[in-house]
This record gives sequence, structure tokens and C-alpha cells, in this order.
Amino acid sequence: MSVGAPRGLASSGQKPIAEILHPLSATEEPLSVSGGGDKEAGLTNGTPVENSSPASASSLFNRLQLDDDLEADIQDPYALTETRDLFVTVDDPKKHVSTMETYITYRVSTKTTRIEFDLPEYCVRRRYQDFDWLRIKLEDSQPTHLIPPLPEKFVMKGVVDRFSEEFVETRMKALDKFLKRVADHPVLSFNPHLNAFLSAKDLNKRQGLALLTKVGESVKHVAGGYKLRARPAEFCAMGEYLDTFSQKLGTIDRIAQRILKEQSEYLTELREYGTVYSSWAGSEEELQHPLEGVAGCVTTCCSALEEQCENMSQDFLPVLREYLLYIESMKNVLRKRDQSQAEYEGRLEAAVLRKQEDKTPIPVEVEKCQDKVECFNADLKADWERWQSNKRQDFKQLLTGMADKNINHYEKSQAAWESLITLLQEKQTEDKTSDTN
Amino acid sequence: MMADSGSNEEVAVIGNTDITSTESENNIINTMVERGTALLKKMEINVAEAEKRTGKNTVNMQETYTVYLIETRPAETVPEGGTPAAPDTLWRRYSEFELLRTYLLVTYPYIIIPPLPEKRAEFVWHKLSADNLDPDFVERRRVGLENYLLRVASHPVLSNDKIFFLFLTEEKGWREAVLETGFQDKVDSRLKSLSAAFRVKNPDKRFTALKQYSDELNTVISQLLRVRARVADRLYGVYKVHGNYGRVFSEWSAIEKEMGDGLQSAGHHMDTYAASIDDILEEEEHYADQLKEYFFYTDAVRSVCRKHELIQYELEIAAQDLAHKKQLKEELATGTVRVFSLKGMTSKLFGQESPEQRESKLAALEQSIQEGEQALKEKNSECQEFVRTAWEDIERFKEQKDNDLREALISYAIMQISMCKKGIQVWSNAKECFNKM
Repeated sequence: MSVGAPRGLASSGQKPIAEILHPLSATEEPLSVSGGGDKEAGLTNGTPVENSSPASASSLFNRLQLDDDLEADIQDPYALTETRDLFVTVDDPKKHVSTMETYITYRVSTKTTRIEFDLPEYCVRRRYQDFDWLRIKLEDSQPTHLIPPLPEKFVMKGVVDRFSEEFVETRMKALDKFLKRVADHPVLSFNPHLNAFLSAKDLNKRQGLALLTKVGESVKHVAGGYKLRARPAEFCAMGEYLDTFSQKLGTIDRIAQRILKEQSEYLTELREYGTVYSSWAGSEEELQHPLEGVAGCVTTCCSALEEQCENMSQDFLPVLREYLLYIESMKNVLRKRDQSQAEYEGRLEAAVLRKQEDKTPIPVEVEKCQDKVECFNADLKADWERWQSNKRQDFKQLLTGMADKNINHYEKSQAAWESLITLLQEKQTEDKTSDTN
Repeated sequence: MMADSGSNEEVAVIGNTDITSTESENNIINTMVERGTALLKKMEINVAEAEKRTGKNTVNMQETYTVYLIETRPAETVPEGGTPAAPDTLWRRYSEFELLRTYLLVTYPYIIIPPLPEKRAEFVWHKLSADNLDPDFVERRRVGLENYLLRVASHPVLSNDKIFFLFLTEEKGWREAVLETGFQDKVDSRLKSLSAAFRVKNPDKRFTALKQYSDELNTVISQLLRVRARVADRLYGVYKVHGNYGRVFSEWSAIEKEMGDGLQSAGHHMDTYAASIDDILEEEEHYADQLKEYFFYTDAVRSVCRKHELIQYELEIAAQDLAHKKQLKEELATGTVRVFSLKGMTSKLFGQESPEQRESKLAALEQSIQEGEQALKEKNSECQEFVRTAWEDIERFKEQKDNDLREALISYAIMQISMCKKGIQVWSNAKECFNKM
């Protein structure tokens, strides 16, 4: 059932009901060109060969199906893994030096059984710019969906070493997470730009740029100037939640940084503390070994703590910051939704007034707008639930990871001190037995 | 050597890392008591309480000071179910302890006199009070004073001192008794002046080595105490900042549904973690006090070395003096001038003396020489006696120091282990809460 699909449209072929291509998807003809063509009437759910109209029974059925899948998502967010057919990985950073610039590329590996892809496996090299391109493309082509964030683009030269192992490692993990999130998304993963990103030898980043810009502009042009009347309560709640959540995450970030600072100062003193025991050992005879033992323990504790600090700054903090970016993305999508609702309301109002004046019927465009809004709302709600569920898993993992690292550090320290006691008490037996001889 | 009757108890300690640090400290006290001086066989000594008093001082001004209750009771085993005899008690203030110590220093210059706990709090980290009237400081001082009395009471020589006995048993009239001994007359001002250098030609190498060791120990312990205080400060900061997690998790839990409970409980554990540092550091002060005792002990060791220097110096001066006189006698007898003297020159220039004058001079010299030889003999035996008795005490002290400091290190290691265990407990609890998110 794959005929008739426009070039590059990932919806060709059978796909699960949950994978809905939004009418605003740039791979379909833009709104202004096809007015009510068979492909993108209202809710285009399911395969494009079905000519569905907004009120058609099948589309209603499909919408319910969407809700069912929604529930499935909440119950088991990893249900997708059973049907997952697209696996991506980002690894193997390499530095490239050219006359113009120096930059890092990452290996992007793909394994898939989807027929949208020509081959079952791909292996390409991409740099940060390419990820950025992909993200922009996704945002523009799927404006009603939440696009996962990328790690920060700009780093202050001189403050952060862009080529240090730590920085590259942290960035790579974030890029890997980004790509996995996109690949796991029921809609985004079928985006042709993602396909190109994963499979093309050379990303021709100018492809379709002009077209996109037009679409983007027209959307903005149309949506601008409309004021939103009443935002549905659930979206208000989302907005409030995001505001508070981002505030709390910001606080946690600050606390974590403060702890790192205090720990670093503590480590400085602790190292000196260890050296004093060493130098004391030099003046002693009987006590030399015990004192050296203490110095050794202190050193072990220092390295255990250093490890924990490194983990916090390389694993914990970047994930926190990424979520802050994610929240910003989400807020953007909410704003776009508001705009689209405002546009609809504005047009409706204008059309109603005109109807009152000269009996002109309400144009189809207005109905289409309404559909758009409803689609947007549905997509957003679906994405929200998925986002919430992912967020729960992510933070569970993040915080248990933090607890684990702390436990590790204490376990190592405890082991060091326990072996010292054994040593010290052994010495006691030796002395006692020699005393009694 | 006969086996200690107490050795069975001490063997039980080995390999047992569950003993608390208080138990380890008690090992030190038990060792002192086991050393079994005649005094300790007779009586138990405690410094049971501390109380604030106000009164007029010597310049008739109101002052607040602390008095300590000394309890003594006969050291007999109490039958099962029987009550111990009521103790004899008296109150002493710190200045009286100081007087006792000064008396002991002067009366037993060849003994390393145990030091008093510090008069003012030094080496404090900022949260710890430096106020002499602070209850924690007073409590630690009470423990220190009891320790001091036990040190004296367990010393083979000092425990037999009458004035010490009266200190423990006679509240009134003790001051008069001390002054009656006339010990102030024996105070050698030369010993106080640290800058006075005695050019000793043949110092006993052992004493030189001991003095050097004592100076090294003094330096290194003071360094250790200072760095430890800084470490404590920093660690305090690390723990306390974690308390902020408690608050933010609680605030965050308010906007969450499924995650809320887990976050809230985890927050409580963070509060527990932050609060735990207070007890941890309070316990560590005991370790600092043990180090401080030996820091102050180095002054006592130094005193003994100085006293030896002084005696040796006097001996050498006496020998020099005698040699010079013998020289003069020889010249006078033979008429040869070997040693340049003004008298010799003038007599050469202005004529010889009469034979009668020479005879009387010779007789006087002879007398002086005999006195000198007697003095030298006495000085020599004084010196030898001093070296013998001092060195006996020094050996005793070295063994005591090695044992005590090893116990202190063990108790410190135990404290560290306990701190690690607490940390593991709290983070494990938090992890459980995170897992429930």
C-alpha cells in the first residue's frame, strides 16, 4: 500500500496508526498551494491513499486509536522497544584539522528494518553543525511536535576547551541522547530529514531551504497579529508546570555547582592533611607505619571523592541543563499552539462578521484552521504525556545515579579505613606477644 | 617478663572493628589504670562535674569562673547488687590545677610532667566556639582534667607525691601546704628563658636527639591540628549545602504527580544528611584533644632536656673552674708561667713576691681546689643521677606515647568508618526513594 506517496514522504507504506503526519509537514504540499486536495484534508491519519475528510468515520476511529496508543505509552513507556525498528548511536569522536578550521566529527551508526531506508545499516560522520541543521529542519517541518534539545551551541573560547576529552565526551552523550529521542518519536522518526541525516553521504543542507523558508514565513505571516482569547485549562497548566519545573531545575543546578565548589576546597585541604601525616611518619619509629597508613587512607579518600565530583560535573549537570533546554523547546511549542489557536479565532471572528453582513458562508480555510488547531492540540497532548513519562524515567535514572556515586565514594573510603584498622591492630598483637616473651 | 593480667581483654579488641571510638579511648584509660600504681590501687579518681561560680578576684572585681568536682572513692570491688560507697568530693578551679603542675615541674625536674588541657580553645574551626564558658568547651576540659589527674596518679614517681594526694583530698588549706614546701625557691629562672643558650661542650647525644624529636613533634602536631580544623570547616560546608536539596525537592514534589512522594521523602533524607555533620565533627574533637595532649607534652619533654643542659653546663663549668685552679697552683709551685695572667706579668715587671706570700696563696688555692673537687664530685653524681632517672622516665614516656597515639589513630579510623557508614545509609535511603519516583 505504498503507491501515490509524494517523494520522500516517509508515510508511504504501512505504518502504525500512531504515526500521524501532520498536514503542516513540509513534505506535503504547502497549504497555500493545495486547497483541500485529497492528500491533506484535515486529519490525515493512516495511509494517504484514504481520502479522509474531517468528519469521516475512519478519521474519527483513527483519532480514538491515537488515544489508545496514548494510554499504552503511559502504562509502559518502553512498549515501543518491542516494535522498535530503528536504532541509532553516536560515538567515536575524531578531530579534523583543515586550513580553514578545526572541528570534531562523530560517527552516527544506524540499524533499521524500515523500508523507508534503502539499506539496513548506515555509518556516517556528522559534526555539530549537521545536528543543528537537523534540529532546525525538524522544528520547521513539525512545528506541533516537541523537538528534543541539543547541547549548547556556543562555548566561550578560552573558558572551555572545545577539544578537551571531557567536553567532547559530554557533548557526544548529549548528541546521542538527542538522536535517540528523535528516533524513538512516533512521528519525528519518519521525518525525511532524519532519513537524510542518517543515510546521506553528504548532507546537502541547502536542499529545500528556499521552500522551507517560504513555508515558515507564511505561517508566521498568517499567525501574526492575532490575540488569544482563552487558552484551554490543560495548556495553561502545562505552561505553569514548565515555569515552576524550570525554576526548580535551575535551583538544583546551582546547588550542585555549589556542592562541587565546596568539595573542591575540601579536597585541597584534605590533600595537605594527608601530607602532614606523611611528614610526621618521618620522625617516628614505632608509629611510622601507622602514620603512613593514615596518610594512605586519606589519599584514597581524596581520589574516591575526586571521582564522584567528576561524575557530577560530567554526567549530572549536563543532563540537568539539557532538560532546561528541553523545557524552553516545549514552551516554544506551547506558544506556537497559542498562535495557531489565535489565528483560528481571529479568522473565525472575521468570517462570522462577514457572514452577518453579506451572508458569505464561512470559508473552508476557517474550518481547516480549526482542524489545524485540534491536530496541534492532540499532537501536543500526546507529546506531553510521552515527555512527562520520559522525564520521570530520566530523572529517576539521574538521581539514582547521583545516589550511587555518593555511595560508591563512601564504600571506597570505608574499605580503606577498615584495612588500616586491621593493620594497626595486627601491630598491637605483635607488640603484645613480643612483650610477653 | 610476666604476662599482663589485662592482656586477655586487649586481645579481644583485635579484629573487632565494631568497637566505638569511645571504647578505644577507654582503652587508653584502662591501660593507665592497669599500670597499677599504689595510689590507683587504693582509690578511683573522677572529675565528675563542672559548675559556674562568681566571686571577687584578687583585685576585688567580679569574675565568673568554672570549678570542677573531684571525686575519689576507695577502689574496692563492689559485691553483686551492692551499692558503691559514696565518694569524697571537693571542688577545684583551673588555676589550682596549674599551681599543682608548677609545683610538680619544679620538684621533679627529671620527670616529663603530664600537661594540662588547654586554658583557651585553640585550633578551632569556625563553627566551634572559642568561648571558655561554652558548655562544650567546659565539658571537654572536664574530660581533659580527669585525664590529667589519672596520668599523674598512674605515674610510678608522681603518684607518691604528698601534695598531689592532698590536692585530691584536702579542699581547704591545700594552697598553704603547697606554698609551705618552698618550691618557688627552686624555680630556676634560667630554665624559663628559652633564648638562653648553654654552650655545652659534651652534651649527652641522647638528650640532643630527644630535644630535636620533641621540636619536630611539636611542629608537626600543630600543623596537623591547624589543617584538621580547616578540613573540618570545609566538610561542614559540603554537608550543609546538601540541606538545600531537601527544600527544593520538597518544592518540586508539589508540582509532580507520580514522582511527588519519592522526591519528598528523598528530600527528608537530604536534610538528615546535612544535619549529621554536627555529631560527626563533635566526635572528632576528641581525637583533636588526644593530639593536643601530646602537643603540650612536647613542652614538658623540652623542659627535661633543658634541665639536663643546665646541669651538664654547670658540671662543665665546675670542671673548667677546677682545671683552671689546678693550673694556677702548678704555676705558683713551679714558678713557671704557662698561662698568661696580669698578676704574673706585673710580678715579672715589678718583682717577685715574697716566699711567705706565695705560701699563703698556695694554701688558699689548695683549699679552693679541694672544695672544687668536692663540688665537682657532687655535680657529677647529680648529673649522673639526673640522666639515669630522666632516661628511665623518658623510656616510659616513649612507650606510653607510642601506645596512646596508636590507639588515637585507631579511634580516628573508627570515626571515619562510622561517618562512611552513615553516609551510605542516608544515600541508600535516598536512592530507594528515587527508585519509587
